[in-house]
Amino acid sequence: MMLQNQYILNLASKGLRIDKRKQDEFRKTEVEKNPIDKAEGSARVRMGKTDVLVGVKMEVGEPFPDKQDEGTLIVNAEFSPLASPKFETGPPREDAIELARVVDRGIRESGAIDTKKLCIKKGEKVWMVFIDIQILNHDGNLMDAAALAAITALLGTKIPEYDGKMVNHEKRTKKLHVLFKPVPVTTVKIAGNMFVDPCLDEENIMGARLTVTTKDDGNMCSLQKGGSEPLVMEEIEKALDLAVEKGKELRKLVG
Amino acid sequence: MAEEKPAEKAESKAEPALLKKEREFVVPGEKIVKSMDYLPGRNCFREGDSIYAKRLGLVFIDSRVISLIPLNFAYIPKFGDMVIGEVVDIQENGWVVDIDSSCNAYLPLSGVREFIDTTKTRLSRVYAVGDLIYAKVSQVTDPDRVQISMKDMMSRKFRGGRLVSINPAKVPRLIGKQGSMIKLIKDKTGCRISVGQNGPVWLEGGKEDMAIKAIHLVEEESYIDGLTDRVSELLTGKPQEKPAVKPEEKPKPQEKSAPAVNVEHSSTAVQRKLNIKPEEEGK
Amino acid sequence: MKRSDGRKPDELRPVVIKAGVVPNANGSAMVQMGRTIAIAAVYGPREMFPRHKKIPDRAALETVYALVPFSTTDRARPGPSRRSKEICLVIREALEPAIFLEEFPKTCINVYIDIIQADAGTRTAAINAASVALADAGIPMRDLVTSVAAGKVGKDIVLDIDMTEEDITKCDLPIACMLREKKITLLQMDGDLPVKDVKEAMKLAIKSCEELYKKQKEALKERWVKK
Repeated sequence: MMLQNQYILNLASKGLRIDKRKQDEFRKTEVEKNPIDKAEGSARVRMGKTDVLVGVKMEVGEPFPDKQDEGTLIVNAEFSPLASPKFETGPPREDAIELARVVDRGIRESGAIDTKKLCIKKGEKVWMVFIDIQILNHDGNLMDAAALAAITALLGTKIPEYDGKMVNHEKRTKKLHVLFKPVPVTTVKIAGNMFVDPCLDEENIMGARLTVTTKDDGNMCSLQKGGSEPLVMEEIEKALDLAVEKGKELRKLVG
Repeated sequence: MAEEKPAEKAESKAEPALLKKEREFVVPGEKIVKSMDYLPGRNCFREGDSIYAKRLGLVFIDSRVISLIPLNFAYIPKFGDMVIGEVVDIQENGWVVDIDSSCNAYLPLSGVREFIDTTKTRLSRVYAVGDLIYAKVSQVTDPDRVQISMKDMMSRKFRGGRLVSINPAKVPRLIGKQGSMIKLIKDKTGCRISVGQNGPVWLEGGKEDMAIKAIHLVEEESYIDGLTDRVSELLTGKPQEKPAVKPEEKPKPQEKSAPAVNVEHSSTAVQRKLNIKPEEEGK
Repeated sequence: MKRSDGRKPDELRPVVIKAGVVPNANGSAMVQMGRTIAIAAVYGPREMFPRHKKIPDRAALETVYALVPFSTTDRARPGPSRRSKEICLVIREALEPAIFLEEFPKTCINVYIDIIQADAGTRTAAINAASVALADAGIPMRDLVTSVAAGKVGKDIVLDIDMTEEDITKCDLPIACMLREKKITLLQMDGDLPVKDVKEAMKLAIKSCEELYKKQKEALKERWVKK
C-alpha cells in the first residue's frame, strides 16, 4: 500500500518506526529449545510475529570427492504457503534460497561445526547434517530469526548412534560439537536511516539491507547485502557496529 | 411482549427449545434451537426441526429470529458497502482495485464523478497505481465480478494519513449503533477516520495513536458488555458521563449494520434502520 | 491388555489443540496428538489462481499437506511425494462436505497443513487441525470434522495408534466424521481384518471423536472469548 508505505517512510526519515521501536531495538525475541524431539536438534524462534522453526537431522552418506575426510552441511529453507498469503506452493523461490545460503555461510564460515569431526570413515562414510528452516509466520527479518534458530538447534543437537550399518535415531548419545555461536543482525536502510530487525512493513519499503553475522569474539563471518539501493561507507560501518553490539544480546538467548 | 412469547412456550415444554443462551459462543454445526417456532437468521441454518450455527459466533436472539454475531470472516463484497482499496492496475476503461477480498474490484469510467475524455486524458492522472481510494460497492454480479463507484458523496482518494487493518467481522462494532462508536473515537481524538467495511481503517490528524488503541480495543473486546464505557475511559482517562443508566446496546449481527462512516457525513450516513432479515423464507 | 505406552485400548494420546497460531492466516490451528504435531492455516475465500480453475457454482477447496523435513525419523525430502498428494486429496474430501462451498462461487479456500512432527496418525491430526482452522477463519460450515485412527494390536481394537504400534498393528483405519449426524467423510483402511472387527473399529473411533470434538470447541472458545 503506497499510502501506508509513505507513512512509514515519513516516520523513518525522522528515525521513527511504526511499532514505536528504537532504531537499534529488536522485537521481543523468544527462543524455544528442542520443541521437536524427532529431530536431532531443533529450535523455534519468535521475533514479534515472525515465527521460524529449524530442525537438524543427521544421516550417514558419502563425502564430497574434494573433501574426503569432512562431513557435509546442508541448509534448506521452505517458505511454506501456510506462513504468508504471499507464499505459494512449488519449488523454493529466490528469497528462500538466499535465506538458506546466508544461514549456511554464517555457520560454515564461522567454523562453528568442525566438519572433520563428522568423518566416520575417510572417503567412504561421513555424517551429513541437514538444517531445515521452516517458516511458520512471516512478519519480516526471516534471516535473523532463521539463523538464530539454526545455531540454537545445532547447540542442542545430539548425534544418533551408528553401528556401521544403521543409524539409530531414537538413541542419541554424543552432543554435536559446536565451537562458535555465529549470530546475524540485519539492518535495513529506509529513508536514509538505519534500523535493525525490520518488520514486514519495513522490509517492503527498505532501500537496502545488510545482514552481518558475527562470532563470539566479535569477528565477522558473513555479510549479505540486499535490496536495490546502494549503501555508503558510513552506513555499512554503522551496520557492522550494530551487528557486534546487538549480536551480543542475541547470543545470550542462544544459551 | 412478542419477544417473551416463544421463550415462555418453550419453558412449558419438557425440553426447552432454546439450547443456547443469548450471546453464548457457538461453533459451526452447534444446535441452537430445537423448535419450528423460530426462524434462522444470518449465519444460521435450519435442518429438520432445529436451527444450527453456520459459523463461529455469538448467539443473537431477536424475538423469533435466531442469528449469530460472527467473530471472524474474510470480507465478501456486498452492494452498498463502503470499502477502502488500492488501485493495482489500469485498463482501457477503468481501474482494477484491490479491496482485500475474494477478488479485485473494477472501477469503470462510468463510476467516476467527472467526465473523462479518454482520447485526451490518461487514466493514471485520475487514479494512479498505488492510490488508495474510498469507494462504494455498486454492483456484485458474482463474487468475482464486483464493481465499485466513486460517485457516492463519501467517496474520495486518500492523500496522506495512515492505515490500520481490523477484522472485517468487527467493523459493525467499530462503527457502532448509528455511528456512535466511531463518533466517540473521532470526537475524543480529533482524528479524521474512514472505515472500510472490508477491514482497513484510514486515519489522519489528532491523537492518531490513541485512536488506534481504541480501534484495537473495540476489535478485541467487541463482545464484552460495557465496551463504549471502556473505550471512553481509554480515551479520556475517566469513565464516560452518561445521560442515563442505559444497558449496553446489543450489537446487531448483520455484517452491514451501518455503512462505513466518513468524517463529514457520519450522522446522515448511518441513519439507516437496522433490520434483521431471515436468510431463508421460513414463513 | 496394556499398550506400549500404557494406554487403555480406547484411550487417545494426550491431545492439545490451539486455535489462531498463525497470525498471517484468516484462520489457523495447531493439533498435537501424542508426539504428532500438525499446524493448519486457512486463507480465503480468496481469488482463484489460475483463473481457469474457478468453479462456477462453488468455492474450490485446496488442501496442501506437507511433512516438514525434520518431522520424521529419517529426514523427509522436501516437496510433494505420491503419498502426500494422496493425503491432500483425502483430506480435501474429508473437509468438503462440511463446508458451505456454494456460498462463495468462483473463489478459492486454501488449507495448508504442515506436519512438524510425525509419529503416526498425521492425516487425522491434519484433519482435526484443518477443521479448527476453517472454523477459526469464520468459514460457514455444517459441522466440525473430527478424525481418529483405529488399529488392532493383539486381540484388541485400539485407538489413535502411535509409531511403535504402527509397526505391529494388523490394520490402520483412519476415519473422519461430522459428529452431529454421524456422517463419515474419510475412511481408509489397510491391513487384514474381518468385517466384524472393521465395524467395531469404526464404532469405537466415532465414539472417541466426541472427546476430540470437545477439545476442538474449547480451543476455538479460548481463542475468541476472553475469560
